[in-house]
Amino acid sequence: MLAGLQCPGYPEAKLSSVSERLPCREGQAGTLLALMGEPEQYCFPSIFIYGHRATGKSHVILTLLKELEVPHAAVSCVECVSAGLLFEQVLLAMFGSESATLLPRSPSLSDFVRIYRQFCAQEPAQQTRYIVLERAELLRDMEANLLPGLLRLQELVDDNVTVILLSEIVWDKFRPNTGCFEPLLLHFPDYTKAELLQILSLDSNPSYSPELYSSYINILLGVFYSVCRDLRELRHLAALNFPKFCEPLEKGEAKESDTHKLWRNIEPHLKRAMQTVYLREVSSVQWEQQQMEEKEATALRGLSAHAHVELPYYSKFLLIAAYLASYNPARTDRRFFLKHHGKIKKTNFLKKHEKTSNHLLGPKPFPLDRLLAIFYSVVDSRVAPTASVFSQISSLVTLQLLTQVGHDDQLDSPKYKCAVSLDFISAISRTVSFDIVRYLYDFL
Amino acid sequence: MSKRKSKDASLPVGECVSQVQRIMRERFCHQKLPDKPYGLDSQYKHLLELLRRTAVHGESNSVLIVGPRGAGKTMLLRCALRELLELQEVKKNVLQVHLSGLLQTDDRIALKEITRQLHLENVVGDKVFGSFAENLVFLLEALKKGDKSSSRPVFFILDEFDLFAHHKNQTLLYNLLDVSQSAQAPVAVVGLTCRLDMLELLEKRVKSRFSHRQIHLLSSMTFPQYQETFRSELTLPDTFPDSKFSQEWNLSIKKLCEDKSVEEILQKSFNCSKDFRSLHLLLLLALSRVSVSNPTVQAADILEANRMSAADSKANILHGLSILELCLIIAMKHLNDIYEGEPFNFQMVHNEFKKFIQRKSHSIHNFEKPVVIKAFEHLLQLELIRPVDGGVCKVQREYQLMRLMLDHTQVMEALQRYPQCPTDVRQWAVSSFG
Repeated sequence: MLAGLQCPGYPEAKLSSVSERLPCREGQAGTLLALMGEPEQYCFPSIFIYGHRATGKSHVILTLLKELEVPHAAVSCVECVSAGLLFEQVLLAMFGSESATLLPRSPSLSDFVRIYRQFCAQEPAQQTRYIVLERAELLRDMEANLLPGLLRLQELVDDNVTVILLSEIVWDKFRPNTGCFEPLLLHFPDYTKAELLQILSLDSNPSYSPELYSSYINILLGVFYSVCRDLRELRHLAALNFPKFCEPLEKGEAKESDTHKLWRNIEPHLKRAMQTVYLREVSSVQWEQQQMEEKEATALRGLSAHAHVELPYYSKFLLIAAYLASYNPARTDRRFFLKHHGKIKKTNFLKKHEKTSNHLLGPKPFPLDRLLAIFYSVVDSRVAPTASVFSQISSLVTLQLLTQVGHDDQLDSPKYKCAVSLDFISAISRTVSFDIVRYLYDFL
Repeated sequence: MSKRKSKDASLPVGECVSQVQRIMRERFCHQKLPDKPYGLDSQYKHLLELLRRTAVHGESNSVLIVGPRGAGKTMLLRCALRELLELQEVKKNVLQVHLSGLLQTDDRIALKEITRQLHLENVVGDKVFGSFAENLVFLLEALKKGDKSSSRPVFFILDEFDLFAHHKNQTLLYNLLDVSQSAQAPVAVVGLTCRLDMLELLEKRVKSRFSHRQIHLLSSMTFPQYQETFRSELTLPDTFPDSKFSQEWNLSIKKLCEDKSVEEILQKSFNCSKDFRSLHLLLLLALSRVSVSNPTVQAADILEANRMSAADSKANILHGLSILELCLIIAMKHLNDIYEGEPFNFQMVHNEFKKFIQRKSHSIHNFEKPVVIKAFEHLLQLELIRPVDGGVCKVQREYQLMRLMLDHTQVMEALQRYPQCPTDVRQWAVSSFG
């Protein structure tokens, strides 16, 4: 580890307090500080910092700028639906409210540069000014001249200003067609497992020893590290599941040294968390409540829509028919749905012509006639083709369980696709005791 | 010599280093103009002559400066203007209008900006003009002197000239070039662009009014010249306050240029691009490592700077993926190999991944499908994979067709550098069939 940050032109005490607040990012902070140089020196016109989510990009740069009291404006592009808002925030932070009011309605980059120059002439920069733009990938969706303009802002406004862009996406995806000013690229590497452990252990609970918390984090990383390396997500999960981990300790069933027992207690719990709360299938509040109740963990009704779908009897069969029509080739219908389908050689029939199954390629569109034909043959009772059946089809389309293919104006022979997964349709067919797998060509 | 020595107070090292940083950063970051454009003598003379004719003799002109990015177009123009403005009569008389295609995105904004830069806002006042041409002519009229015979020459400088060609009807270009053709007021229209096919973008009526003068800045720099530039960019000027320090510095720079490893790096970066911008980037990265404890640029600094600027950013991103996401990338790579680059969907990737888990994996457990989907969507978010048709049509997300935005070697290289990569995953990636 480095011996702390060093850069002339800044007070020592502040530098050391900064480096304390940036665990495991000393290297990056040092590089950035070296690039920034002394406050009144020029810095490269634009710097592009990229790295995975929660690798401390914003944290490092904002801590540096704030603690060292460098004039800067930090804007998150998510908050800016239009370029105007972005300009307003930058001017506000740089020159105060007076400047921002000068912006005309729906300002262009030209207006921004004009006003910037005007104020800059009044109070020329003693120190390098910094404009930090978080989530810079959203700039690509704004006006085409904005990103190239910001990259060479120093030249356009003729001031000592540096634009810092932060993004998760690599620079190659930003470059416009005819090229632009190339920024300085800086990578923030991901935290290693040891570093994650070190940072996560910082939030230890005061009522337990730090060693216990570290061992808990170790277990947590053992489960989640292969799936998720997002520090923020891991912190959230760690905070959510810690009470459960402490339960045996509170009940007095185990001591802090019984690591094996604690591990046996928490591991299945964490695995369940991965399938639920990590995927946002249940909300954090639900997850906590469920931990309180602790017993009825089996009847878990999550947030996802699949658990809540209730359909009429015929709609279920219509959906089943649609699924069969989407995933079976039309030529096999005779075999599945005709009682006496004549002489088709079984061996010949079973020979698969397609190398890949339909469940890999996705649903195929089918005409309405075929859907109805299959529907009549799978449903037990006789159903008349009444308006109610047709209206159920259109309500399935509204529920987005079916999608209509092609244009809406095809009245005589509309085509549909089934848009549900195998798990979902199996669950539906179980409720009407229909064995769908027997009717699927892919599973013969 | 003796005189210089007497005025020198040898400064402390910290002070010297900070002076060095200031001087160098102005060169690398602020594009401080050199004393003379390097290696562009004929172009410089040509441009200077053209501008002088407008400024002194009142001849109208139009010229296009064409060259790749970072070739020194703006530098050339600014040098020429600087030299021209040293003449007293020119300085008094000439007006400059700087427009940039990035800022003036349509002709209305451009006209406002021209009015502003000519300081004519109060002359125009609330006048309403019928057409664009009328407005522009009025502006130029207003610049006429009292004696009516001669008006003040105006330089119109259009940066990113190609973007002006996208304006509606190319009104601005038409009018400016029209003025430069007819003997209304002496104007010089200077366009800067990086597009070689610029003339094709102009409408016929605009093109016919252009003088077809082009100055090309296609760098013919040779490697020794490139090395010389490198040396001169790092050399301290004679005016440096502490002559002892500057002599030592310059000596060390000279030594640095003779270093074999530095030469190798320069050769590499020369082969990639020989523009000034990328050289400046490299030098700044090296310069940022200069401090009190390390008061000269070492060969190691250049090496490190080169390593930073040449790093493959996609490989860097791959390095931070979780093992599950890496497995998905490998599965996609196999699919690409099998189907010769045809697009794939999530189901195929998942199938491929499941086959791996069942057959040979010992270190990776089976994950629930939603967990795998989440990993897949993270890759999509990082734009390492991209939907084939913009991702708007009504297909289930599992069946949306995707393409991998990485090539074979990038994946393999990332795998080599991946920390604690399980051996079975590595073997799976190398094996020719999924």
